[in-house]
Order: sequence, then C-alpha cells, then structure tokens
Amino acid sequence: MRELRRIESALLETFAERGYGEVRTPMIEYADVLDEGSPGSGDAYRFLDDGGELLALRNDMTIPIARLAATRLQAVPPPWRLCYSVNSFRPVAARRGELREFGQTGIELIGSGDDEPVAEVIQVLEAGLASVGLGQAVIGLGDSELVRGLLADEGVEPGLAARAGRMLAAGELVGLESLLEKEGSLDRQAVESIMSTLRLRGGPEVLEEAGEGAGPGLERVIQRLRETIERVRGGVDLNLVIDLGLTRDQPYYSGAILEVYEPSVGRTIGGGGRYDGLVSAFGLDSSAAGFSLYVEGMHAAQLDGGRGR
Amino acid sequence: MMLEILALLDGAGYDTQGLRGESRSLVFELGDLTVITVRPHDVPTYVEAGAADLGITGKDVLVEQRDRRVVELLDLGVGQCRMVVATRAGDEGPSEHERRLGMMRVATKYPRVATEFFESQGRQVEIVEIKGSLELAPSVGLADAIVDLVATGRTLKENGLEEREEIFSSSARLVANEVSYRVRAGEADRLADRLAEASS
Repeated sequence: MRELRRIESALLETFAERGYGEVRTPMIEYADVLDEGSPGSGDAYRFLDDGGELLALRNDMTIPIARLAATRLQAVPPPWRLCYSVNSFRPVAARRGELREFGQTGIELIGSGDDEPVAEVIQVLEAGLASVGLGQAVIGLGDSELVRGLLADEGVEPGLAARAGRMLAAGELVGLESLLEKEGSLDRQAVESIMSTLRLRGGPEVLEEAGEGAGPGLERVIQRLRETIERVRGGVDLNLVIDLGLTRDQPYYSGAILEVYEPSVGRTIGGGGRYDGLVSAFGLDSSAAGFSLYVEGMHAAQLDGGRGR
Repeated sequence: MMLEILALLDGAGYDTQGLRGESRSLVFELGDLTVITVRPHDVPTYVEAGAADLGITGKDVLVEQRDRRVVELLDLGVGQCRMVVATRAGDEGPSEHERRLGMMRVATKYPRVATEFFESQGRQVEIVEIKGSLELAPSVGLADAIVDLVATGRTLKENGLEEREEIFSSSARLVANEVSYRVRAGEADRLADRLAEASS
C-alpha cells in the first residue's frame, strides 16, 4: 500500500506544480448521465436503488469531470486544469487477473481556447512518468479520426469504414485487409496503401511517409499530429511512438489519442486523448484533453522495469 | 502445422535444425530470435501477457480466444483447414433432433465458436465440451452434431460423419503482443516481412 500511495502522491504533486487542482466526483452515478456523455462507453456495474433508479459505478473519470467542468465551473475563467486520483470499476473476464476495482490517477485540461491542449497533456504525462521512476516508458500517439479520414479518402462508405474501425480496434489486421478487399470495391494497390499506412509506427518520420500522396482526410490528421509533436518537442525529450493505427476503446475521443507502455509490462499502463465532443454533449463548446495512468499497472512496471526481459 | 512453419522460418533465413531434432528442450536460439515452443491454444496467453513478443498459432485458436488482446499481423497461409458442423453420414437433415425437437446437442472443443455460430442463426443447441476426439460423440449418442476443425475431411469420413455447414476457414497467423507491436515495431515488422516473403 505504501508503494501505491507513493505513486499517487508523486503524480498529484507533479500535477499540482503545473497548476492542476484536484477534484473528486461521486463513485456512484446515474447510469443515464454516463451514457448521455458517451453512449456505449463501455461496461459498468449497474444496479437499482430503492426508488428504481438505474445507477452505475464509475468506470472512468473523464465523463464525470467533463460534466463537472461543463456544469459547475462556469463561474471560474477557463482553462480548467483538473486532476484526480480515485478508484474506478470495470467488469472483467473471469480468471484473467484483471482488476474489477483499479486505481487511476490523471489530469484533464478543458477550455484552453485556441491553444491546442494535447501538447501540454503529453508534457505533463512525461513529467508524471518521470516522477514515479518510469522515465523509460513509451508514449504512443495516434488519432481517433485517422482511420475514418483515410478510408473516406479512398471512397469507402461509412458503414464499412465503421466495421473496419472495429476490426482495427480488435487488432485483426488480417481480417481488416480481407474485408477491404472483398467489400470495399478497392483495387489491390489502394488496399495495400491503406494497410501500410495503418501499420506505420515509429518516430516523426512516419508522418512524412504517410503524408506522401495522402488525400485530404488523412492530410488533415497528419498535419494535426505534426503540430502537436512540434509543440511537445519544444519542452521535453520524449519516448514517443507515433502509431497511425492506434485506437482506444472509449468512443468519446475526437482527435489525438495516447497510450502508455512500459516494455516490461505486456499491457498498456495508461491512456488518454482529446475529447471535445464529450464536453459538448454536456453543453460546453470547448477543447478538452487528458490522460489517466493505472496505478496498479505502474506499480507492476516499477517492479519489473529494472529486470528487463 | 509445425513442420510447415519451420519450413517458412527456413525460407525466412533461419536455421531451424535445432527445432527439428529430438531435443526435449522448449527454448531455442534462432539467430536473432529466441523461440519457445508451446501448444497452439497457449500461444495467445503467452503473447497477451508479453511473455512472448510474437507468436504463431491457428486462426481457430484466435477466434475461440477472442477476448485475448493480441495484434494479428499476418496470414502465413499454411495449416489450411475449416471449422465445420458435421453430423452422421446418411441422415437427411443436419439433425433429426433439431428438426423434431427444435434443439440439438453439439459436441466441440470450441465452445465459444459453436455457441456464437448457432446463436447468430437463432438455433437452440446444447454445447457439450469435449477435450479429446470428437468423432465418436455422434455415433454413441452423446451428441447430434460436432463442431470441429477439418483439413482433408478424411477423419470425418472414416468415422461415418458428414460435413453439413462451414463456419469459417482457418490458417496459421503471426500475432504480436500489443505493447511489443509498438515498442519493438521495427523488429516485429522485419520478421513479419521476411515471413510474408517466405510464404508467398
């Protein structure tokens, strides 16, 4: 427990130094509220109260904080820099060693106006990882709108593009290729070019590679990623992997998405991204971005990190 | 399938002599690779946990263990087979029980594949999970049908069974751990490219 506390307090201290104020929201929410912010935003433990209201244990902090900012912080001038360290709850598959209750510590940056929020979020993430001794962790950066833009450029109809997006999210690259081949009415060359774009991972050079001959949908996303990276690099030296095929499970992301990897742990230890659409669902027209680090995952990474594989 | 995969690794420029011998060892050094040998059904477990960066197993295993998070990189083209529904040869329909009682009993090593297939068609079945040979189940009355993997169909025939429906076709796949796929992207892609070339 002492180690877990140390992780949380080191992170909160780092966030506080950068002007992030800690907030807390209820563990129990109306299920409607979570769904309103983001329909189908994943599984949650749902139950009824005595009055027959459907409640849910929070499975994530981004939706509650988006609502908090949109409904209660209007008297304070933006931008709102908020952080948290709480436990959340997710149903898990049986016998898989996954946690039903897990700690997450993170930030949300909402209402930064014209200033693109993702670069600052990445810088805080980097500082946070360093503060818990995980400076070697790798940050994956992608864009939730890349697949859609790329497929629209090639004339793939939206229904098929949505199915393709789901296959990509499931890691089924082989199935995705044959889906596009069979149902996309694309020639072999177009399918190959889509697949090789989605498989691009690496340093900033992958953006140059993807940019060659890119259509307007892809070009827009690449330009956005390029700007983010330029702004981040002004501040810190990063272990950044740009991954053009990156996806996140949460449906509310609308722009950059982030994941955090520690090579000795086989799973991601954090994630985040940009979610303007979510705050607008609660009536606030604003930019918004953030990340969340999984406390138990970071603890495992600290234990295994030195060992290598 | 093992021999076909070793041939692919040979084609990709690795010397697989060590893996072909009588050795009882489960770990082999193969040039820049460390190879571990495990059962096909265990491959997603090892890869998801990051105990192995990459793995090779059948699509049938990946479909059955769909909740394991791995990245499927490449169809290696070898180990071709099909997941099918089979019943006793000579019976008229898929199953007399299904026709008359509205439900049948299905024996399988792939409970998830079988359940999802029949559910997707709105057919009511009872799934009986069997670990060993399935071919016996219909003839001794344990089940009306089986869901199993067939390559040539010879085993079915010799046990008096007949293929009725195909669920999907399978072959060997190269899979990656989702963290290794990003953190060791260059190495993963290099091996995938070499194997793709060897398999084409």
